[in-house]
Amino acid sequence: MTIGYYPGCTLKTKAANLEVAALAALDHLGIEVAELPRWNCCGAVFSLATDDLIHQVAPVRNLIRAAEQGCDTVVTICSQCYNTLARANRLVREDAEKRDTLNRFMTEEPDYAGEVEVVHYLSLLRDRVGWERLRAAVTNPLTGLRVAPFYGCTLVRPGDVAIDAVDPAILEGFIAALGAEPVSFTAARECCGSYQMIAHPEEGLRRAAKVIAAANASAADALILSCPLCEYNLGTRQGDVVAAHDGLEHVPTFYFTQLLGVALGLDPELCRLDLSGPAATTLLTERKYIAAATA
Amino acid sequence: MASIPSPIHPESLRAVNKIAELSGQNVHECMQCGTCSAVCPMVSSMGFTTRQGIHYLQFGQVEPVLQARIGEFCASCHTCVVRCPRGIDVPRVFEAVRQLVLRTNTDLVTLGDIPKDTLAEAPQIAFVSTFRKLTS
Ligand code: SF4
Ligand code: SF4
Repeated sequence: MTIGYYPGCTLKTKAANLEVAALAALDHLGIEVAELPRWNCCGAVFSLATDDLIHQVAPVRNLIRAAEQGCDTVVTICSQCYNTLARANRLVREDAEKRDTLNRFMTEEPDYAGEVEVVHYLSLLRDRVGWERLRAAVTNPLTGLRVAPFYGCTLVRPGDVAIDAVDPAILEGFIAALGAEPVSFTAARECCGSYQMIAHPEEGLRRAAKVIAAANASAADALILSCPLCEYNLGTRQGDVVAAHDGLEHVPTFYFTQLLGVALGLDPELCRLDLSGPAATTLLTERKYIAAATA
Repeated sequence: MASIPSPIHPESLRAVNKIAELSGQNVHECMQCGTCSAVCPMVSSMGFTTRQGIHYLQFGQVEPVLQARIGEFCASCHTCVVRCPRGIDVPRVFEAVRQLVLRTNTDLVTLGDIPKDTLAEAPQIAFVSTFRKLTS
């Protein structure tokens, strides 16, 4: 086993609909990953202050857990975990002084120098399965479904951890492999409002409205996401967003892994549509991608 | 000739130097093009633009930047970082501004003010990031 899986806090609780189908899909596609037997919260945001090394301990400790399992790669599904772990890993690799301080601080842990590679689930799918093989494995193509790919911030910025650095259309490639139609969407790499939805809801709602407006303008049937905070701002809070801004129309949101599960013909229960709001299920049953009774 | 007293308060200069240290960024490299403000999703909530914030720091003035709450409203989306033609890591500058406030034991968000629905519905990462960014 060389690929460790780091779930992060939210996928084990509120965002089971991001995790369950994702793991079932990997199993279905013959990619073996093993959840790390021990892990802790990554810290959710990468510390930007130069002297704030204490907040690098949590992500680095997770990478040490992966290394001690003999993993050369650790995969995450949540965009924020991906960003935090990948940036902490780069810090350890590139800053010898900080690496040394971290190692000396964690006396109980083996030294870590960035040996593990942090990858996002989408990169893993593209590199180890490939869009052609994925397309061939799709038994329930989402033909005719216009999907707006939402990368948000943490999958693509800053550039040194961007999952779209090599392939700027990775999410579009994924959507096309499912048989759906990726739509051009001006807000694909914009901010959803992030944690400001909690601290400053008015600003958060205003930001989310811009993303929903762009999805409406692209005539998307659905918006796909890879981050539980994006899902909260653009999905859970969409009713508030639409109510507060004239001219917006509701657009169902999905985690990208839910559509993957549906297209691969996995048991719809694994896609946990029950956690995604009724509009998601309605869209899929109306278009006959899933049977009404199983929703 | 009598020397002209500096209009910059030494306290303010000290704070600006601290911002340079915490951010690792040199604000004097900024050429005031305004690109960061043009792409910033939160700029309309700030008291003035990110470009103006950097400009005040170039002149050693921290007070206006604190009053404009730029650090508080920056969502660390990093849009400006990839666009800045001078390679300035702008959210690191505003993280440092925020740290100046937080390190005086001041919180920029209060748990009790968050609506109950939000507490029940929002995902864990929403709270972890909010409290990491906005509490001391
Ligand atoms: S990182 Fe902050 S300052 Fe830069 S664009 Fe995003 S919100 Fe604006
Ligand atoms: S984009 Fe860079 S150079 Fe232009 S105003 Fe902003 S910080 Fe200054």
